[in-house]
Amino acid sequence: MNSASSRNTILRELRAAVPESSPIPNLPVRGPWQTFDDPLGRFSELLTMVGGTCVRVRNIADANTVLQQVDAWNSAVVRCSLVSGVGDSTIDLNAVDDPHQLENVEFAVLPGQFGVAENGAIWVTDHGIPHRVLFFLSQHLSIVISSSQIVHNMHEAYARIEPQQHAFAGFISGPSKTADIEQSLVIGAHGARSITVLAVDEL
Amino acid sequence: MSHPLLAEQFISRRDRAAWHDRSLWFVREKRDRQANDVPEWEELRKFASDIKQHTMSRLPNYLEEFERNAKALGVHVHWAVDGDEHNGIVHSILERHGVKRLVKSKSMLTEECHLNPFLEDRGITVIDTDLGERIVQLRNEPPSHIVLPAIHIRKEEVGACFHEHLGTEQGASDPKYLTEAARHHLREQFLAADAGITGVNFAIAETGGFVVCTNEGNADLGVSLPKLHIACMGIEKLVPRSKDLGVFLRLLARSATGQPITTYTSHFHGPRDGCELHVVLVDNGRSQLLQSPEFRRSLNCIRCGACMNTCPVFRRTGGHSYESTVPGPIGSILAPFRDPDQHTSLPFACSLCGSCTDVCPVKIDLHHQLFAMRSRLDHQQKLGGTKKLTMQLASSVLRHTWFYRLAGRVARYSLRWLPRFLIYNPLNGWGRQRELPSAPEQSFRRMYEDRQRKERP
Repeated sequence: MNSASSRNTILRELRAAVPESSPIPNLPVRGPWQTFDDPLGRFSELLTMVGGTCVRVRNIADANTVLQQVDAWNSAVVRCSLVSGVGDSTIDLNAVDDPHQLENVEFAVLPGQFGVAENGAIWVTDHGIPHRVLFFLSQHLSIVISSSQIVHNMHEAYARIEPQQHAFAGFISGPSKTADIEQSLVIGAHGARSITVLAVDEL
Repeated sequence: MSHPLLAEQFISRRDRAAWHDRSLWFVREKRDRQANDVPEWEELRKFASDIKQHTMSRLPNYLEEFERNAKALGVHVHWAVDGDEHNGIVHSILERHGVKRLVKSKSMLTEECHLNPFLEDRGITVIDTDLGERIVQLRNEPPSHIVLPAIHIRKEEVGACFHEHLGTEQGASDPKYLTEAARHHLREQFLAADAGITGVNFAIAETGGFVVCTNEGNADLGVSLPKLHIACMGIEKLVPRSKDLGVFLRLLARSATGQPITTYTSHFHGPRDGCELHVVLVDNGRSQLLQSPEFRRSLNCIRCGACMNTCPVFRRTGGHSYESTVPGPIGSILAPFRDPDQHTSLPFACSLCGSCTDVCPVKIDLHHQLFAMRSRLDHQQKLGGTKKLTMQLASSVLRHTWFYRLAGRVARYSLRWLPRFLIYNPLNGWGRQRELPSAPEQSFRRMYEDRQRKERP
């Protein structure tokens, strides 16, 4: 069978099967949803709980100072930053045409769009990121966000994003982890071994 | 083999069965803590259930909308009536790209379609990249749980497996050490792969994109390096709007592993520059399920596994006893619906306690469906003679007052006076591992009548 006739078969079968229509629930942005007195505080607490670190700083210069105190940054031979003023790059990302060449990146500093207080997640997109694999292949990660850009919950998050604008976008909450061996939590499965979030007041 | 026979093998290793039970209860308790942290939890479940119910009532329209929007983003959309067609489509895409090595993140759909052996027979190496799935793949066995594929394996066994396949130190069993070894091994696989396959947690009709959730980042690594990404999904994975994800993502990880959200929740909308993205939409019996008013709600399932973690039967008998890609309560509906001959015993692997229904984030009436599935199998003449006979006997005892009274009297007499070897006979399955209760002096009816008489002046 070819795909076009399978398409018709499936749609025909489904049309014969669909139950009586029921309305789609309205999902208000301000619904009965959980909010927090101190969204940044809650974000930071949750991020710590899932294995990340959040440091609040006044400005970009202070963010850079904090980064320079991170051991993984200092020991990284191959590193890159896509946030101007925070860290530097030992490689020219614009000269990289195959993402496989990023195999040895030890530390990447990347921009985040906003944080979510309820679960410590950060919304990131491929906007201005030449290779999205940097989010996953780098041994360590620092994500820079504005400390004022913290939404309370996922409903507020979806109210402000248009995922279809990006081939890739997503929420990242803490470093890569697994508990597949006897339910023992191990940080650093395949992706980033650590995440340091720099929440900048004046950004 | 039937569930009772496989379960018997599992529980014969008592320590191991007890350990398995504890491991899953630990996950269930983590889920409770997370659910209790969200005051509007019950409202969220209601929203999720209503959104799913609405989606199912307009599924063909939403599928067309999804296809239209996905194509506009440059995605190739394919339709497969069944597992064979799905496997054929995936293989032809891989063949066209000359793919020899493939990395795959967790996808219950590809398990359901038996994609791995199909591709391997055609000379393509398939590497499962979720750590748990890689472990069971190296051990040449299926996952025993949809979220925790290696929950039945001890760390010493993982150590032995990795020693053989990845060259880790003999006798090593530290999860940290073993995970680090897997990290090195799998990162080599990601870098060497010609294509990546992922499952789909949610697809969005209004945008034509889809979402994949992992904790390890294996799906993202698998599709961010090679130039070809194939995403395989059952047609029930659709949600109408991206804002619906706000509801489902709040429920999914909390219900599954007791995390506030998965580490990586990736939204894919179209291919990377110069790359290809394919989505395969698979029916494989789902439209049949939608036709059934009794069982269609099981299509709402978001595969969190909470019903398995809480199920007293699953915890004590292990996922492999179900011999089904999706085991546990939800699997005991899906599997016998599709193939009643092979999975007849599954809806009976249930005490009807209702715990699965209580934890289900999309409010599937699981234990009611399990009960209904038993009658369905009976009507289809699938139940064996012994089961049918006992049911008929029980039915006549419960329907006739005189018979019920007589049975009670016989039971009380026997328990009091018969020697052990007669009571604990081979027909008494219940007494094989348990002591029967000691018989009361008199029946409840008798006690009640006596009391009424005394209280009356």
